[in-house]
Amino acid sequence: MLLIVEQLLNGLQFGVMLFLLAAGLTLVFGIMGLINLAHGSLYMIGAFAAAAVGRLTGSFILALLGGVTAAALAGLAIEWLVLRRLYQRDHLDQVLATYGLILFFNEATTMLFGRQPLFADVPAALGGSIEFIPGIPYPVYRLAILLVGGLVAALLYGLIARTRIGMLVRAGTTDREMLRALGVDVRLLYTAVFTLGALLAGLAGAMAGPIFSVQVGMGEPVLIQTFVVIIIGGVGSIRGAMAGALLVGLVDTMTRAFLPGLLRSMMPLSEADALGGGVSSIAVYVLMAGILLWRPRGLLPAHG
Amino acid sequence: MRRMLPSLSAFAVVAGLVATCLSSGASAADPVKIGMITTLSGPGGYLGEDVRDSFQLAIDQEGGKLGGVPVSLLVQDDALKPATAKQIVETYLQGEHAKILTGIIFSNVAGAVVPDVVESGAFYISPNAAPSNLAGKECNPNYFAVAWQNDALHEAAGQNVQNHGYKRMFILAPNYQAGKDALTGFKRFYKGEIVGEIYTKLDQTDFSAELAQIRAAKPDAVFQFQPGGLGITFLKQYVQAGLKDTTPMFVSAPSMDWHIMEAVGDAAIGVQVASHWNVDFDNPASQQFVAAFKAKYGRMPTYYASQGYDTARLIGSALKAVGGDVDKADAFRAALRKADFASVRGPFKFANNQHPIQDWFALSVDKGADGKPTLKTVSKIFEQHGDAYAAECKM
Repeated sequence: MLLIVEQLLNGLQFGVMLFLLAAGLTLVFGIMGLINLAHGSLYMIGAFAAAAVGRLTGSFILALLGGVTAAALAGLAIEWLVLRRLYQRDHLDQVLATYGLILFFNEATTMLFGRQPLFADVPAALGGSIEFIPGIPYPVYRLAILLVGGLVAALLYGLIARTRIGMLVRAGTTDREMLRALGVDVRLLYTAVFTLGALLAGLAGAMAGPIFSVQVGMGEPVLIQTFVVIIIGGVGSIRGAMAGALLVGLVDTMTRAFLPGLLRSMMPLSEADALGGGVSSIAVYVLMAGILLWRPRGLLPAHG
Repeated sequence: MRRMLPSLSAFAVVAGLVATCLSSGASAADPVKIGMITTLSGPGGYLGEDVRDSFQLAIDQEGGKLGGVPVSLLVQDDALKPATAKQIVETYLQGEHAKILTGIIFSNVAGAVVPDVVESGAFYISPNAAPSNLAGKECNPNYFAVAWQNDALHEAAGQNVQNHGYKRMFILAPNYQAGKDALTGFKRFYKGEIVGEIYTKLDQTDFSAELAQIRAAKPDAVFQFQPGGLGITFLKQYVQAGLKDTTPMFVSAPSMDWHIMEAVGDAAIGVQVASHWNVDFDNPASQQFVAAFKAKYGRMPTYYASQGYDTARLIGSALKAVGGDVDKADAFRAALRKADFASVRGPFKFANNQHPIQDWFALSVDKGADGKPTLKTVSKIFEQHGDAYAAECKM
């Protein structure tokens, strides 16, 4: 029983991590109609910048700020130099260009930092684990991620649902042309949204540093899961991204944790391990296919 | 007709000149070409970098020669793609007429190109990857593995756990061929109980589900094979989950090197490693190599570097025996088989399948004098250990 609670907690935490990435991606995709494969690169930039600042200053707060700032600046630069030219083009051109950006950023990072993974450690204050549920020692740092993720979700929700900027963003998702016709500077809005997305990716990267390996190409595996999240949640919707992220985090963790054991009670050990490993690695994609069959626009689409 | 004669004779002169140039192109005075296909880009790039650099070190130490024979080293990056590696092999064999190839890091790349190389009559001398099929039924007189047979890495780890006396093990590896081979190799020498066995995803970033299972199973110790970045992630999360204080971790050599230690810091301390070489070996060849590598490149050599160096020196010993004439294939092969060089590992010889028979050692990660984690050799695991496939090789 305790194990189930612990695994639920793990799933939630993984989901929150995915949410930080998905929130930016879904806004960019939903509002600007832009497929940005380089979102994972912004995550990597956040992680590398945070690790570098952390090594120089020894301060986790500064590292976090450094990571977020670097990713936001990189996002601003990408939007300004590259993506601006792509809004009117079709998705294939966007995929090509942003894929090129992935290669560019990976090579640039190799040149700057080398091929060796970087060191990034959990800050002393958040090290170790606590038993806030008796019997389950849980790493403090992971709790902190849960908290930060929740906070960001609340802030974003407030921003989108309650403020004037949020209203423009929502309007942008629904009808871009009308927004432009009403005299809103859509260009500026796009830049702001993209930079916000980059900033969130950088935050995710900076926080991921101490628990994942900070290395060139770290953004790509996460990017695939992030796309699954926003497709499940419904493109362009923050609430959808949250729901999708938690669902993916929970399903992924729970199948990895319990499916092989369950199968072992039904069939020979080696077959159970092989099948369990296989099924749990496709579980998330099966979930996505199922949800798309049931609700082709995702769980909580942004409009309509 | 008369007009044609001078031009014809001019043609003959030119043709003659070209022919002389061509034949002199293959004369013994020219350096022997060694074609290196290795992985230099991507997260695994530092492995190829170490093999290349140490190979070059061996050449530089002799002033551009190996075994007294001038050599030229060609290097190309396979980017961990078997198809790219195949193209590189073609340019080496057809374009450069190289007879000695080496350098591949990853088994999937080796599996794709080694058969092509040896069938063409050239030699492939592996500084790292050595998949099981090439050690057993498909062994080949022109294929040598200098490092180990893949399984031996994990067999040594299994015996290491056995020697420590742990009876209940939790083992995990990624769900792909090398991961499965790792756990099979481990179980070949570990005789106790397996309380949990997990195959993880190859692109996994979060291990909390597995860590919770480990905690619930309460094993004596954990054996994991998570290469490269996966290992860094796993180790960090293992420590943060508080498991390292209660449950010792055993790994095979690929899961712990200087780069990984640098990336995880203190989290590495206490991890038990099984390896065939370490920087603190006190034989003269090793001490000389470590000092020279550090002086030239300003970093600690990994065991990949030691393998690249040994490969170069082995090739040097055979080149010396045939006076640089690789076309004497039988004599060159016989010289390679003798392994007449001072390996940085100490005692070293080839089994009938041309894979190493060597000693394996238990290392542990300790805090060094400078406060940083360092690998320390503790004891011997295996004396003169070969591999499980040699019997299947009819050579």
